[in-house]
Amino acid sequence: MSPRRLLGVVAALGGLALVPVVFPGYRTSLATEMLIFATLAMSIDILAGYTGRTPLCHGAIFGVATYVVLYYVTVMQGSPWVGVLLGVLAATAVAIVFALLAIRTSGVYFLLLTLALGMIVWGVCLRWTSVTGGENGLRGSVRPQWLADPANLYYFMLAAGAIMTLAMWRFVNSPFGLTLKGIRENETRMRTLGYDVSLHLFIGFTVSGFFAGVSGALYAFFNSFVSPSTVGLAQSVEGLLMAIVGGVGTLFGGLIGAALIIGLENVVSAYTERWSLVLGLMFIFTMILAPEGVLGKLSQLTLKRRR
Amino acid sequence: MSATQFQLLNGLTFAALLFLVACGFTLIFGLMRIVNLAHGALYLIGGYVALAAIGKTGSFVAGIAAAAAAIALLGFFIDRFLLGFVKGFELRQVLLTLGVAFVLNDLALVIWGGDTFSVPIPQGLQGPLVLGDFAYPRYRLFVLGVGVLVFVLLWLLIHRTRLGALIRAGVDDAETVEAMGVDIRRVFAGTFMIGAALAGIGGALGGAFLSLYPTADSEILVFSLAVVIIGGRGSLAGAAVGSLLVAMLANFGQVWFPELAYFVIFGPMALLLAFRPLGLFGRAA
Repeated sequence: MSPRRLLGVVAALGGLALVPVVFPGYRTSLATEMLIFATLAMSIDILAGYTGRTPLCHGAIFGVATYVVLYYVTVMQGSPWVGVLLGVLAATAVAIVFALLAIRTSGVYFLLLTLALGMIVWGVCLRWTSVTGGENGLRGSVRPQWLADPANLYYFMLAAGAIMTLAMWRFVNSPFGLTLKGIRENETRMRTLGYDVSLHLFIGFTVSGFFAGVSGALYAFFNSFVSPSTVGLAQSVEGLLMAIVGGVGTLFGGLIGAALIIGLENVVSAYTERWSLVLGLMFIFTMILAPEGVLGKLSQLTLKRRR
Repeated sequence: MSATQFQLLNGLTFAALLFLVACGFTLIFGLMRIVNLAHGALYLIGGYVALAAIGKTGSFVAGIAAAAAAIALLGFFIDRFLLGFVKGFELRQVLLTLGVAFVLNDLALVIWGGDTFSVPIPQGLQGPLVLGDFAYPRYRLFVLGVGVLVFVLLWLLIHRTRLGALIRAGVDDAETVEAMGVDIRRVFAGTFMIGAALAGIGGALGGAFLSLYPTADSEILVFSLAVVIIGGRGSLAGAAVGSLLVAMLANFGQVWFPELAYFVIFGPMALLLAFRPLGLFGRAA
């Protein structure tokens, strides 16, 4: 890492660390939510941006982890940390099953298949009332005592988010991540060069699902409640929109996308109940005007200026 | 009539409804390469429009006609004014229709609220049809008949008419068709409207036996997706076979494992994808 970039990271972390001091109370918990969804958006970007396959099932993977944590802690009276572990394992298992099916497809088919798979998880969560609580969902505080304070929770999420971001950053910039990019650019050529494309896609998908699962498990700490809408299509769509708005293939764009969309959701919800309408309109306009996302658009503009 | 026979008929009639919805989806997908994720929302709004029209006129036929016309018009607007901006970008098209689905669903919630409605069944189709030992709801048999009729009509349209020939030619080579003096955009706009109208009709008919509520659109969309994934895109026969498979599984799944019914349609989809990623009747683009 170059000194300038290191300085930037330290400055960003320092700035984020000041949030509970500068914006105490409600806005801290809003920032906590942004951090959680930023990791979800980044995990989606691993697939959408670096592998060239746009998934619509990450809300389901994310939510499975939330469900498992809440079920284990509130119904089975287990420890929260074991719950998180089990939640991440369950989410990764779901991701493995999805990956095995989805890696055979690409483009629009991949999107459709992951959409259908995610919706099946939603359907099961809605109907399997004896375990998931059906439409009422599961409720209960699963946070360990020392995280009860919102500021502590924020710092915990900041640390977890920083570690996950670093891990994902290393992952997409590793030789393995470069291979994924190669598959995105030209699958046939990578196959001719002797790379096992299916295996790479499978691992890429599973890793992406793992990170979505971690953010989902941590979401249980934050939200203390899970219902079918946590695993629903809207969640996957929101996550994908965060990744797209931030710019696919930039990883850190997810952070900006999550901050923008959670912030906007918060503002819109204060005035109207029509968040889903606004979300839909944003999707339509992003697709028409700036499919390369806010970061992508900005870097395009600065490149033009430099020239 | 035994319980199994009854369930088989339930599956068959549900398959007819699924076919009505899914064939419009697969038509647009196969011919225009557009995945219209707003299809479920079009179905739901079609149902609501039929409900309103029947309330006004008291005629079931008028309700179906109103749903088909209104949704065809809505389809025209989506195709012309929204999808026109992202022509040629498959992924952007899909994601855009997803945004449209959210907008339409929320608008429906504003207009019709969150309550569950049923489209009223006309007098002549109420009650069971009794033939000796056989007794089964007339309305469901009617839906089965409509499903078969639509299958035959669509097949004739695509394989036996000039418009069908133009559509098929446009799929293979749009530029050449255009060079021969045919306005291919108009042909495709017509196709999109037909597909949308079918979703509207599906909503009108489905609204009477599945009822209409705010999440009905995503449920029917998932079923349609499963049908198209199993059947292969753009294939009428695939849509028919896919509908049968999905409807039977969903129906018997509900009887055998009430809580996990949704999960049951996952099985054949997974199996099929392992061997034929393009679906039973799909062919590579």
